[in-house]
Amino acid sequence: MDLITVSGPPSSGKTSILLKTIDHFIRRGLKVGVVKFDCLFTDDDEYFKKLNIPVKKGLSGSLCPDHYFVSNIEEVVEWGVGLDIDILITESAGLCNRCSPYIKGIKAVCVIDNLSGINTPKKIGPMLKSADIVVITKGDIVSQAEREVFTMKVQSVNPKAIIMHVNGLNGQGAFELSTLIYDEKQDVKTLEGMTLRYPMPSALCSYCLGETRIGKKHQVGNVRKIDLGDK
Amino acid sequence: MKNILTHYTISELIIKYPFIKDYFNDNLVPFKGHENLTVEQLLGILDYDTIEENAINPEAFKIGLIQYLDIMKAYFVSDKPTNNTITIYPGLYKDGKKEKFEEITIKSGEVVSIVGPTGSGKSRLLADIEWAANKDTPTKRIIHINGRSLETHERFSSSNRLVAQLSQNMNFVMDMTVAEFLDLHASSRLVEDKDTVIQNIFNKANSLAGETFDIDTPITELSGGQSRALMIADTAILSSSPIILIDEIENAGIDRKMALDLLVSEDKIVLMSTHDPILALMGDRRIVIKNGGIEKVLEITDEERSILGELEKMDQFMMSMRNKLRHGKKITLKEEE
Repeated sequence: MDLITVSGPPSSGKTSILLKTIDHFIRRGLKVGVVKFDCLFTDDDEYFKKLNIPVKKGLSGSLCPDHYFVSNIEEVVEWGVGLDIDILITESAGLCNRCSPYIKGIKAVCVIDNLSGINTPKKIGPMLKSADIVVITKGDIVSQAEREVFTMKVQSVNPKAIIMHVNGLNGQGAFELSTLIYDEKQDVKTLEGMTLRYPMPSALCSYCLGETRIGKKHQVGNVRKIDLGDK
Repeated sequence: MKNILTHYTISELIIKYPFIKDYFNDNLVPFKGHENLTVEQLLGILDYDTIEENAINPEAFKIGLIQYLDIMKAYFVSDKPTNNTITIYPGLYKDGKKEKFEEITIKSGEVVSIVGPTGSGKSRLLADIEWAANKDTPTKRIIHINGRSLETHERFSSSNRLVAQLSQNMNFVMDMTVAEFLDLHASSRLVEDKDTVIQNIFNKANSLAGETFDIDTPITELSGGQSRALMIADTAILSSSPIILIDEIENAGIDRKMALDLLVSEDKIVLMSTHDPILALMGDRRIVIKNGGIEKVLEITDEERSILGELEKMDQFMMSMRNKLRHGKKITLKEEE
Protein backbone atom coordinates (compact mmCIF):
# COMPACT_ATOMS: atom_id res chain seq x y z
CA MET A 1 0.00 0.00 0.00
CA ASP A 2 1.21 3.49 -0.82
CA LEU A 3 0.48 6.21 1.72
CA ILE A 4 0.07 9.84 0.71
CA THR A 5 -0.41 12.67 3.18
CA VAL A 6 -2.17 15.75 1.88
CA SER A 7 -2.52 18.99 3.79
CA GLY A 8 -3.21 22.64 3.19
CA PRO A 9 -5.06 25.60 4.63
CA PRO A 10 -8.85 25.33 4.96
CA SER A 11 -10.75 25.94 1.70
CA SER A 12 -7.62 25.74 -0.45
CA GLY A 13 -9.22 23.00 -2.53
CA LYS A 14 -7.79 19.79 -1.06
CA THR A 15 -10.98 17.80 -1.28
CA SER A 16 -11.86 18.96 -4.83
CA ILE A 17 -8.40 18.14 -6.08
CA LEU A 18 -8.46 14.73 -4.40
CA LEU A 19 -11.90 13.83 -5.77
CA LYS A 20 -10.70 14.50 -9.32
CA THR A 21 -7.41 12.71 -8.76
CA ILE A 22 -8.97 9.66 -7.10
CA ASP A 23 -11.31 9.38 -10.08
CA HIS A 24 -8.28 8.69 -12.27
CA PHE A 25 -7.00 6.06 -9.81
CA ILE A 26 -10.36 4.31 -9.84
CA ARG A 27 -10.34 4.23 -13.65
CA ARG A 28 -6.98 2.50 -13.47
CA GLY A 29 -8.58 -0.16 -11.26
CA LEU A 30 -6.74 0.87 -8.11
CA LYS A 31 -8.33 0.60 -4.69
CA VAL A 32 -8.23 3.91 -2.87
CA GLY A 33 -9.08 4.74 0.74
CA VAL A 34 -9.33 8.17 2.35
CA VAL A 35 -9.09 9.36 5.91
CA LYS A 36 -10.11 12.95 6.49
CA PHE A 37 -8.77 14.74 9.56
CA ASP A 38 -10.44 17.89 10.71
CA CYS A 39 -10.95 19.94 13.79
CA LEU A 40 -14.59 20.65 14.62
CA PHE A 41 -16.66 19.60 11.67
CA THR A 42 -16.40 18.10 8.22
CA ASP A 43 -18.83 16.57 5.80
CA ASP A 44 -16.19 16.06 3.12
CA ASP A 45 -16.34 12.34 3.86
CA GLU A 46 -19.77 12.38 2.17
CA TYR A 47 -18.17 13.54 -1.09
CA PHE A 48 -15.63 10.73 -0.94
CA LYS A 49 -18.37 8.20 -0.17
CA LYS A 50 -20.03 9.12 -3.45
CA LEU A 51 -16.98 7.63 -5.17
CA ASN A 52 -17.79 4.33 -3.44
CA ILE A 53 -14.47 4.12 -1.68
CA PRO A 54 -13.76 3.38 1.98
CA VAL A 55 -13.68 6.62 3.97
CA LYS A 56 -13.10 7.45 7.62
CA LYS A 57 -13.05 10.78 9.36
CA GLY A 58 -11.38 11.89 12.54
CA LEU A 59 -12.30 15.04 14.41
CA SER A 60 -9.72 16.28 16.87
CA GLY A 61 -12.24 18.39 18.82
CA SER A 62 -10.47 20.09 21.68
CA LEU A 63 -7.05 18.66 20.81
CA CYS A 64 -4.46 20.12 18.46
CA PRO A 65 -5.44 18.58 15.10
CA ASP A 66 -1.86 17.89 14.07
CA HIS A 67 -0.99 16.15 17.32
CA TYR A 68 -4.21 14.19 16.90
CA PHE A 69 -3.10 13.20 13.41
CA VAL A 70 0.24 11.83 14.58
CA SER A 71 -1.35 9.99 17.49
CA ASN A 72 -3.67 8.19 15.09
CA ILE A 73 -1.81 7.71 11.84
CA GLU A 74 -0.42 4.31 12.80
CA GLU A 75 -3.95 2.94 13.39
CA VAL A 76 -5.11 4.52 10.15
CA VAL A 77 -2.39 2.69 8.26
CA GLU A 78 -3.42 -0.58 9.92
CA TRP A 79 -6.99 0.09 8.78
CA GLY A 80 -5.85 0.59 5.20
CA VAL A 81 -3.63 -2.47 5.18
CA GLY A 82 -6.50 -4.48 6.61
CA LEU A 83 -8.77 -3.45 3.74
CA ASP A 84 -6.11 -4.34 1.18
CA ILE A 85 -6.07 -0.81 -0.23
CA ASP A 86 -3.55 0.19 -2.93
CA ILE A 87 -3.46 3.89 -2.12
CA LEU A 88 -4.31 5.37 1.26
CA ILE A 89 -4.71 9.13 1.28
CA THR A 90 -4.94 11.22 4.42
CA GLU A 91 -6.24 14.74 4.21
CA SER A 92 -5.77 17.28 6.97
CA ALA A 93 -6.08 21.03 7.31
CA GLY A 94 -3.05 22.77 8.69
CA LEU A 95 -5.09 24.83 11.02
CA CYS A 96 -2.43 26.93 12.64
CA ASN A 97 -0.51 27.19 9.35
CA ARG A 98 2.65 26.18 11.07
CA CYS A 99 3.29 22.53 11.40
CA SER A 100 2.17 19.69 9.34
CA PRO A 101 2.94 16.22 10.46
CA TYR A 102 4.68 14.99 7.33
CA ILE A 103 6.51 11.73 7.81
CA LYS A 104 10.00 10.99 6.56
CA GLY A 105 9.82 8.62 3.61
CA ILE A 106 6.07 9.15 3.03
CA LYS A 107 4.98 11.36 0.15
CA ALA A 108 3.75 14.76 1.32
CA VAL A 109 1.51 17.00 -0.73
CA CYS A 110 0.61 20.57 0.21
CA VAL A 111 -2.35 22.30 -1.45
CA ILE A 112 -2.40 26.09 -1.50
CA ASP A 113 -4.42 28.53 -3.56
CA ASN A 114 -3.56 31.53 -5.71
CA LEU A 115 -6.11 33.70 -3.98
CA SER A 116 -4.43 33.48 -0.62
CA GLY A 117 -2.06 36.37 -1.35
CA ILE A 118 1.59 36.57 -2.36
CA ASN A 119 2.92 36.68 1.16
CA THR A 120 1.14 33.52 2.22
CA PRO A 121 3.93 31.12 1.20
CA LYS A 122 6.12 32.93 3.71
CA LYS A 123 3.51 32.67 6.45
CA ILE A 124 3.02 28.94 6.12
CA GLY A 125 5.66 26.93 7.87
CA PRO A 126 6.95 23.38 7.38
CA MET A 127 3.57 22.38 5.92
CA LEU A 128 4.63 24.12 2.72
CA LYS A 129 8.39 24.15 3.15
CA SER A 130 8.88 20.44 3.62
CA ALA A 131 6.29 19.13 1.14
CA ASP A 132 7.41 17.00 -1.82
CA ILE A 133 4.69 18.26 -4.14
CA VAL A 134 2.99 21.63 -3.93
CA VAL A 135 -0.33 21.87 -5.71
CA ILE A 136 -1.50 25.38 -6.52
CA THR A 137 -5.23 25.80 -7.12
CA LYS A 138 -7.68 28.44 -8.33
CA GLY A 139 -5.36 29.48 -11.15
CA ASP A 140 -8.32 29.90 -13.47
CA ILE A 141 -9.50 33.01 -11.71
CA VAL A 142 -6.28 34.99 -11.43
CA SER A 143 -4.09 36.50 -14.12
CA GLN A 144 -1.13 34.70 -15.67
CA ALA A 145 1.20 37.22 -14.04
CA GLU A 146 -0.17 36.62 -10.57
CA ARG A 147 0.18 32.87 -11.11
CA GLU A 148 3.81 33.31 -12.11
CA VAL A 149 4.60 35.55 -9.16
CA PHE A 150 2.85 33.21 -6.74
CA THR A 151 4.70 30.19 -8.12
CA MET A 152 7.96 32.07 -7.67
CA LYS A 153 7.13 32.77 -4.03
CA VAL A 154 6.37 29.12 -3.39
CA GLN A 155 9.58 28.14 -5.12
CA SER A 156 11.64 30.44 -2.96
CA VAL A 157 10.44 28.79 0.25
CA ASN A 158 10.54 25.27 -1.13
CA PRO A 159 12.90 24.99 -4.12
CA LYS A 160 13.03 21.20 -4.08
CA ALA A 161 9.29 20.61 -4.44
CA ILE A 162 7.52 19.80 -7.67
CA ILE A 163 5.04 22.61 -8.15
CA MET A 164 1.85 21.78 -10.04
CA HIS A 165 -1.18 23.77 -11.04
CA VAL A 166 -4.42 21.86 -10.74
CA ASN A 167 -7.94 23.09 -11.34
CA GLY A 168 -10.25 21.52 -8.78
CA LEU A 169 -13.38 22.42 -10.72
CA ASN A 170 -12.71 21.01 -14.18
CA GLY A 171 -9.94 18.66 -13.11
CA GLN A 172 -7.25 20.08 -15.40
CA GLY A 173 -3.96 18.72 -14.06
CA ALA A 174 -5.59 16.09 -11.82
CA PHE A 175 -4.63 13.24 -14.12
CA GLU A 176 -1.04 14.45 -14.14
CA LEU A 177 -1.08 14.72 -10.36
CA SER A 178 -2.35 11.16 -10.09
CA THR A 179 0.69 9.90 -12.00
CA LEU A 180 3.00 11.81 -9.68
CA ILE A 181 1.69 10.91 -6.27
CA TYR A 182 1.24 7.18 -6.63
CA ASP A 183 4.25 4.93 -6.60
CA GLU A 184 3.33 1.27 -6.97
CA LYS A 185 6.70 0.16 -5.64
CA GLN A 186 6.07 1.92 -2.35
CA ASP A 187 4.78 -0.65 0.10
CA VAL A 188 3.89 0.74 3.49
CA LYS A 189 2.89 -1.90 6.02
CA THR A 190 3.45 -0.01 9.23
CA LEU A 191 4.72 3.35 10.41
CA GLU A 192 6.26 1.92 13.57
CA GLY A 193 9.71 3.43 13.99
CA MET A 194 9.28 6.18 11.40
CA THR A 195 9.77 9.80 12.36
CA LEU A 196 8.24 13.17 11.55
CA ARG A 197 10.03 15.50 9.18
CA TYR A 198 9.83 18.38 11.58
CA PRO A 199 9.10 18.71 15.29
CA MET A 200 5.80 20.31 16.24
CA PRO A 201 5.80 23.57 18.19
CA SER A 202 6.49 23.20 21.85
CA ALA A 203 3.31 24.14 23.63
CA LEU A 204 2.12 23.21 26.98
CA CYS A 205 0.63 26.06 28.94
CA SER A 206 -2.33 26.50 31.24
CA TYR A 207 -4.64 27.18 28.29
CA CYS A 208 -3.74 23.83 26.73
CA LEU A 209 -5.07 22.33 29.92
CA GLY A 210 -8.42 24.05 29.88
CA GLU A 211 -7.76 27.31 31.69
CA THR A 212 -10.19 30.03 30.62
CA ARG A 213 -9.30 32.92 32.91
CA ILE A 214 -7.16 35.73 31.53
CA GLY A 215 -4.26 37.25 33.42
CA LYS A 216 -0.66 36.59 34.43
CA LYS A 217 -1.40 34.67 37.58
CA HIS A 218 -3.32 32.03 35.65
CA GLN A 219 -0.51 31.40 33.17
CA VAL A 220 1.93 28.59 33.82
CA GLY A 221 4.08 26.45 31.60
CA ASN A 222 5.43 27.50 28.20
CA VAL A 223 4.29 31.11 28.02
CA ARG A 224 5.84 33.70 25.75
CA LYS A 225 5.03 37.42 25.79
CA ILE A 226 4.52 39.72 22.82
CA ASP A 227 7.13 42.47 22.49
CA LEU A 228 5.27 45.79 22.52
CA GLY A 229 8.39 47.88 23.06
CA ASP A 230 9.01 50.41 25.84
CA LYS A 231 6.16 52.39 27.36
CA MET B 1 28.29 24.35 -5.66
CA LYS B 2 28.51 23.21 -2.02
CA ASN B 3 31.21 25.78 -1.31
CA ILE B 4 28.55 28.46 -1.74
CA LEU B 5 27.77 27.66 1.87
CA THR B 6 31.28 27.87 3.24
CA HIS B 7 33.48 29.88 0.87
CA TYR B 8 31.55 33.08 0.34
CA THR B 9 30.27 35.61 2.84
CA ILE B 10 26.62 36.54 2.58
CA SER B 11 27.46 40.01 1.27
CA GLU B 12 29.56 38.43 -1.49
CA LEU B 13 26.65 36.15 -2.36
CA ILE B 14 24.25 39.09 -2.47
CA ILE B 15 26.50 40.90 -4.93
CA LYS B 16 26.71 37.80 -7.10
CA TYR B 17 23.06 36.76 -6.78
CA PRO B 18 20.95 39.75 -5.66
CA PHE B 19 17.80 37.62 -5.52
CA ILE B 20 19.29 35.49 -2.73
CA LYS B 21 17.95 38.08 -0.27
CA ASP B 22 14.42 36.92 -1.13
CA TYR B 23 15.36 33.38 -0.21
CA PHE B 24 16.61 34.46 3.21
CA ASN B 25 13.60 36.69 3.79
CA ASP B 26 11.00 34.21 2.59
CA ASN B 27 12.46 31.51 4.80
CA LEU B 28 12.55 33.91 7.76
CA VAL B 29 16.30 33.51 8.27
CA PRO B 30 17.62 36.80 9.68
CA PHE B 31 20.90 37.83 8.10
CA LYS B 32 21.01 41.61 8.70
CA GLY B 33 24.18 42.51 10.57
CA HIS B 34 25.78 39.16 9.76
CA GLU B 35 26.63 39.80 6.12
CA ASN B 36 30.29 39.11 6.80
CA LEU B 37 29.55 35.48 7.74
CA THR B 38 29.15 32.49 5.45
CA VAL B 39 25.78 30.76 5.27
CA GLU B 40 27.15 27.87 7.30
CA GLN B 41 28.42 30.27 9.99
CA LEU B 42 25.15 32.20 10.04
CA LEU B 43 23.12 29.05 10.63
CA GLY B 44 25.60 28.15 13.38
CA ILE B 45 24.97 31.33 15.36
CA LEU B 46 21.15 31.33 15.17
CA ASP B 47 19.79 30.85 18.63
CA TYR B 48 17.32 28.18 19.57
CA ASP B 49 14.42 30.63 19.91
CA THR B 50 14.83 32.00 16.38
CA ILE B 51 15.03 28.53 14.90
CA GLU B 52 12.00 27.41 16.86
CA GLU B 53 9.98 30.58 16.32
CA ASN B 54 10.56 30.92 12.59
CA ALA B 55 10.36 27.17 12.00
CA ILE B 56 13.79 27.10 10.39
CA ASN B 57 15.24 23.77 9.33
CA PRO B 58 18.95 24.46 8.76
CA GLU B 59 19.63 21.31 6.71
CA ALA B 60 16.65 21.89 4.43
CA PHE B 61 17.60 25.55 4.18
CA LYS B 62 21.09 24.67 2.88
CA ILE B 63 19.89 22.09 0.36
CA GLY B 64 17.12 24.44 -0.73
CA LEU B 65 19.54 27.33 -1.20
CA ILE B 66 21.61 25.41 -3.71
CA GLN B 67 18.52 24.29 -5.59
CA TYR B 68 17.11 27.80 -5.48
CA LEU B 69 20.25 29.19 -7.11
CA ASP B 70 20.04 26.54 -9.83
CA ILE B 71 16.44 27.39 -10.56
CA MET B 72 17.10 31.10 -10.64
CA LYS B 73 20.02 30.66 -13.03
CA ALA B 74 17.63 28.87 -15.38
CA TYR B 75 15.55 32.04 -15.52
CA PHE B 76 18.51 33.99 -16.81
CA VAL B 77 19.52 31.78 -19.72
CA SER B 78 16.06 31.89 -21.22
CA ASP B 79 16.68 34.51 -23.88
CA LYS B 80 13.22 34.08 -25.25
CA PRO B 81 13.49 30.94 -27.34
CA THR B 82 12.08 31.62 -30.78
CA ASN B 83 11.11 29.27 -33.58
CA ASN B 84 9.37 26.85 -31.33
CA THR B 85 7.23 24.10 -32.74
CA ILE B 86 4.59 21.84 -31.26
CA THR B 87 3.88 18.54 -32.98
CA ILE B 88 0.80 16.51 -32.12
CA TYR B 89 0.76 12.78 -32.91
CA PRO B 90 -2.54 10.90 -32.94
CA GLY B 91 -4.08 9.28 -29.88
CA LEU B 92 -7.53 7.90 -29.26
CA TYR B 93 -11.11 9.13 -29.45
CA LYS B 94 -13.29 8.66 -26.36
CA ASP B 95 -14.53 5.35 -27.82
CA GLY B 96 -10.99 4.05 -28.22
CA LYS B 97 -10.67 4.50 -32.01
CA LYS B 98 -7.48 5.96 -33.34
CA GLU B 99 -7.42 9.59 -34.45
CA LYS B 100 -7.18 9.91 -38.21
CA PHE B 101 -4.50 12.55 -38.77
CA GLU B 102 -0.81 11.77 -39.25
CA GLU B 103 0.72 14.67 -37.37
CA ILE B 104 -0.03 18.33 -36.78
CA THR B 105 2.82 20.79 -36.47
CA ILE B 106 2.30 24.33 -35.21
CA LYS B 107 5.05 26.96 -35.42
CA SER B 108 5.87 30.19 -33.58
CA GLY B 109 3.76 33.07 -34.79
CA GLU B 110 0.85 30.86 -35.77
CA VAL B 111 -2.67 31.26 -34.48
CA VAL B 112 -4.69 28.06 -34.35
CA SER B 113 -8.22 27.96 -33.08
CA ILE B 114 -9.76 24.90 -31.49
CA VAL B 115 -13.45 24.40 -32.10
CA GLY B 116 -15.99 21.82 -31.03
CA PRO B 117 -19.03 21.40 -28.81
CA THR B 118 -18.75 21.83 -25.05
CA GLY B 119 -17.38 18.65 -23.49
CA SER B 120 -15.91 17.41 -26.77
CA GLY B 121 -12.35 17.39 -25.50
CA LYS B 122 -10.94 20.85 -26.20
CA SER B 123 -9.60 21.26 -22.68
CA ARG B 124 -8.08 17.78 -22.82
CA LEU B 125 -6.14 18.74 -25.95
CA LEU B 126 -4.92 21.93 -24.29
CA ALA B 127 -3.94 19.93 -21.18
CA ASP B 128 -2.10 17.37 -23.34
CA ILE B 129 -0.06 20.19 -24.85
CA GLU B 130 0.59 21.85 -21.51
CA TRP B 131 1.81 18.54 -20.07
CA ALA B 132 3.72 17.55 -23.22
CA ALA B 133 1.82 14.25 -23.17
CA ASN B 134 3.79 11.14 -23.95
CA LYS B 135 1.18 8.40 -24.29
CA ASP B 136 0.54 8.89 -20.59
CA THR B 137 -2.70 10.86 -20.64
CA PRO B 138 -6.22 9.49 -21.21
CA THR B 139 -6.02 10.31 -24.95
CA LYS B 140 -2.62 8.55 -25.35
CA ARG B 141 -1.48 11.39 -27.58
CA ILE B 142 2.18 12.24 -28.01
CA ILE B 143 3.23 15.88 -28.05
CA HIS B 144 6.69 16.86 -29.19
CA ILE B 145 8.14 20.26 -28.44
CA ASN B 146 10.78 21.33 -30.91
CA GLY B 147 10.86 17.87 -32.39
CA ARG B 148 11.30 15.80 -29.25
CA SER B 149 9.48 14.68 -26.15
CA LEU B 150 10.32 16.46 -22.91
CA GLU B 151 12.42 14.99 -20.13
CA THR B 152 10.73 14.59 -16.75
CA HIS B 153 12.60 17.51 -15.21
CA GLU B 154 11.58 19.75 -18.11
CA ARG B 155 7.94 18.89 -17.59
CA PHE B 156 8.05 20.03 -13.98
CA SER B 157 10.40 22.96 -14.24
CA SER B 158 8.49 25.99 -13.06
CA SER B 159 11.02 28.44 -14.46
CA ASN B 160 10.43 27.07 -17.88
CA ARG B 161 6.68 26.67 -18.18
CA LEU B 162 5.63 25.92 -21.70
CA VAL B 163 2.20 27.33 -21.52
CA ALA B 164 0.72 30.60 -20.36
CA GLN B 165 -3.02 30.69 -20.05
CA LEU B 166 -5.58 33.44 -20.48
CA SER B 167 -9.08 32.46 -19.63
CA GLN B 168 -12.45 34.13 -19.63
CA ASN B 169 -13.02 34.61 -15.93
CA MET B 170 -9.59 35.76 -14.83
CA ASN B 171 -9.30 38.65 -12.43
CA PHE B 172 -6.61 40.58 -10.71
CA VAL B 173 -6.69 39.85 -7.01
CA MET B 174 -3.61 41.65 -5.75
CA ASP B 175 -4.02 44.95 -4.03
CA MET B 176 -1.60 47.20 -5.91
CA THR B 177 -1.37 49.74 -8.70
CA VAL B 178 -0.65 48.93 -12.35
CA ALA B 179 2.92 50.20 -11.92
CA GLU B 180 3.56 48.20 -8.75
CA PHE B 181 2.04 45.12 -10.30
CA LEU B 182 4.16 45.28 -13.45
CA ASP B 183 7.23 45.98 -11.35
CA LEU B 184 6.55 42.90 -9.23
CA HIS B 185 6.06 40.66 -12.24
CA ALA B 186 9.11 42.06 -14.02
CA SER B 187 11.20 41.51 -10.88
CA SER B 188 10.03 37.92 -10.59
CA ARG B 189 11.10 37.38 -14.21
CA LEU B 190 14.45 39.07 -13.49
CA VAL B 191 14.30 41.22 -16.62
CA GLU B 192 17.26 43.50 -17.14
CA ASP B 193 15.78 46.75 -18.40
CA LYS B 194 12.81 46.78 -16.07
CA ASP B 195 11.56 50.35 -16.54
CA THR B 196 11.49 50.18 -20.33
CA VAL B 197 9.70 46.84 -20.25
CA ILE B 198 7.11 48.15 -17.80
CA GLN B 199 6.48 51.27 -19.90
CA ASN B 200 6.22 49.11 -23.00
CA ILE B 201 3.59 46.82 -21.47
CA PHE B 202 1.65 49.76 -20.12
CA ASN B 203 1.56 51.48 -23.55
CA LYS B 204 0.54 48.29 -25.34
CA ALA B 205 -2.21 47.59 -22.82
CA ASN B 206 -3.56 51.07 -23.31
CA SER B 207 -3.63 50.72 -27.08
CA LEU B 208 -5.53 47.41 -26.74
CA ALA B 209 -8.08 48.74 -24.29
CA GLY B 210 -10.98 50.83 -25.53
CA GLU B 211 -10.76 53.27 -22.66
CA THR B 212 -7.31 54.27 -21.50
CA PHE B 213 -6.16 54.00 -17.92
CA ASP B 214 -3.50 55.50 -15.68
CA ILE B 215 -0.34 53.72 -14.49
CA ASP B 216 -1.29 54.57 -10.89
CA THR B 217 -4.72 52.93 -11.10
CA PRO B 218 -5.17 50.03 -8.65
CA ILE B 219 -5.41 46.89 -10.80
CA THR B 220 -8.58 45.77 -9.06
CA GLU B 221 -10.30 48.97 -10.22
CA LEU B 222 -9.67 48.35 -13.92
CA SER B 223 -12.71 47.58 -16.05
CA GLY B 224 -13.11 44.15 -17.61
CA GLY B 225 -11.69 45.31 -20.94
CA GLN B 226 -8.79 47.15 -19.33
CA SER B 227 -7.89 44.15 -17.16
CA ARG B 228 -7.84 41.85 -20.14
CA ALA B 229 -5.80 44.32 -22.15
CA LEU B 230 -3.25 44.52 -19.35
CA MET B 231 -3.17 40.74 -18.94
CA ILE B 232 -2.64 40.16 -22.65
CA ALA B 233 0.09 42.79 -22.98
CA ASP B 234 1.79 41.50 -19.85
CA THR B 235 1.61 37.87 -20.96
CA ALA B 236 2.85 38.67 -24.46
CA ILE B 237 5.84 40.68 -23.31
CA LEU B 238 6.83 39.32 -19.90
CA SER B 239 5.86 35.69 -19.83
CA SER B 240 8.62 33.35 -20.99
CA SER B 241 6.17 30.66 -22.03
CA PRO B 242 6.33 30.07 -25.79
CA ILE B 243 2.75 28.86 -26.01
CA ILE B 244 -0.32 30.84 -25.07
CA LEU B 245 -3.66 29.20 -24.57
CA ILE B 246 -6.62 31.51 -24.85
CA ASP B 247 -10.05 30.60 -23.74
CA GLU B 248 -12.23 32.94 -25.82
CA ILE B 249 -11.16 36.61 -25.80
CA GLU B 250 -14.16 38.67 -24.80
CA ASN B 251 -15.59 41.09 -27.24
CA ALA B 252 -16.11 43.88 -24.78
CA GLY B 253 -13.70 46.76 -24.66
CA ILE B 254 -10.67 45.25 -26.35
CA ASP B 255 -9.26 45.20 -29.85
CA ARG B 256 -9.00 41.48 -30.46
CA LYS B 257 -7.22 41.70 -33.79
CA MET B 258 -4.55 43.89 -32.25
CA ALA B 259 -4.28 41.53 -29.25
CA LEU B 260 -3.63 38.54 -31.50
CA ASP B 261 -1.14 40.54 -33.57
CA LEU B 262 0.74 41.48 -30.42
CA LEU B 263 0.99 37.87 -29.26
CA VAL B 264 2.10 36.70 -32.68
CA SER B 265 4.66 39.48 -33.03
CA GLU B 266 6.27 38.26 -29.80
CA ASP B 267 6.78 34.89 -31.49
CA LYS B 268 4.22 33.07 -29.43
CA ILE B 269 2.27 30.08 -30.56
CA VAL B 270 -1.34 30.99 -29.94
CA LEU B 271 -3.97 28.29 -29.38
CA MET B 272 -7.41 29.62 -28.88
CA SER B 273 -10.54 27.76 -28.02
CA THR B 274 -13.46 29.73 -29.40
CA HIS B 275 -17.02 29.72 -30.69
CA ASP B 276 -16.65 33.10 -32.39
CA PRO B 277 -16.38 32.95 -36.20
CA ILE B 278 -14.55 36.29 -36.37
CA LEU B 279 -11.83 35.11 -34.01
CA ALA B 280 -11.57 31.74 -35.73
CA LEU B 281 -11.09 33.45 -39.09
CA MET B 282 -8.33 35.66 -37.67
CA GLY B 283 -6.26 32.51 -37.18
CA ASP B 284 -4.44 30.41 -39.75
CA ARG B 285 -6.04 27.04 -39.14
CA ARG B 286 -8.61 25.47 -36.94
CA ILE B 287 -8.62 22.12 -35.21
CA VAL B 288 -12.04 20.50 -35.03
CA ILE B 289 -12.64 18.31 -31.98
CA LYS B 290 -15.34 15.69 -31.81
CA ASN B 291 -15.91 12.88 -29.34
CA GLY B 292 -12.63 13.49 -27.57
CA GLY B 293 -10.55 13.26 -30.72
CA ILE B 294 -9.15 15.58 -33.37
CA GLU B 295 -11.62 15.09 -36.21
CA LYS B 296 -9.94 17.32 -38.76
CA VAL B 297 -7.79 20.37 -39.31
CA LEU B 298 -9.21 23.05 -41.56
CA GLU B 299 -7.04 25.65 -43.28
CA ILE B 300 -8.83 28.97 -43.43
CA THR B 301 -9.82 29.28 -47.10
CA ASP B 302 -9.73 32.45 -49.19
CA GLU B 303 -13.48 32.25 -49.46
CA GLU B 304 -13.84 32.21 -45.68
CA ARG B 305 -11.38 35.03 -45.32
CA SER B 306 -13.24 37.08 -47.90
CA ILE B 307 -16.32 37.18 -45.70
CA LEU B 308 -14.33 38.17 -42.62
CA GLY B 309 -14.93 41.81 -43.56
CA GLU B 310 -18.64 41.15 -43.79
CA LEU B 311 -18.70 39.48 -40.38
CA GLU B 312 -16.74 42.32 -38.85
CA LYS B 313 -19.27 44.81 -40.25
CA MET B 314 -22.09 42.85 -38.62
CA ASP B 315 -20.13 42.80 -35.39
CA GLN B 316 -19.63 46.54 -35.54
CA PHE B 317 -23.29 46.99 -36.27
CA MET B 318 -24.21 45.05 -33.15
CA MET B 319 -21.66 47.10 -31.24
CA SER B 320 -23.23 50.37 -32.43
CA MET B 321 -26.62 49.11 -31.25
CA ARG B 322 -25.10 48.31 -27.88
CA ASN B 323 -23.63 51.77 -27.70
CA LYS B 324 -26.97 53.36 -28.51
CA LEU B 325 -28.50 51.35 -25.70
CA ARG B 326 -25.69 52.27 -23.35
CA HIS B 327 -25.97 55.99 -24.05
CA GLY B 328 -29.72 56.13 -23.60
CA LYS B 329 -30.61 56.54 -27.27
CA LYS B 330 -33.41 54.94 -29.20
CA ILE B 331 -32.60 51.64 -30.90
CA THR B 332 -33.05 52.21 -34.62
CA LEU B 333 -31.57 50.64 -37.74
CA LYS B 334 -30.90 54.09 -39.21
CA GLU B 335 -27.59 55.88 -38.74
CA GLU B 336 -27.56 58.60 -36.10
CA GLU B 337 -28.21 62.07 -37.43
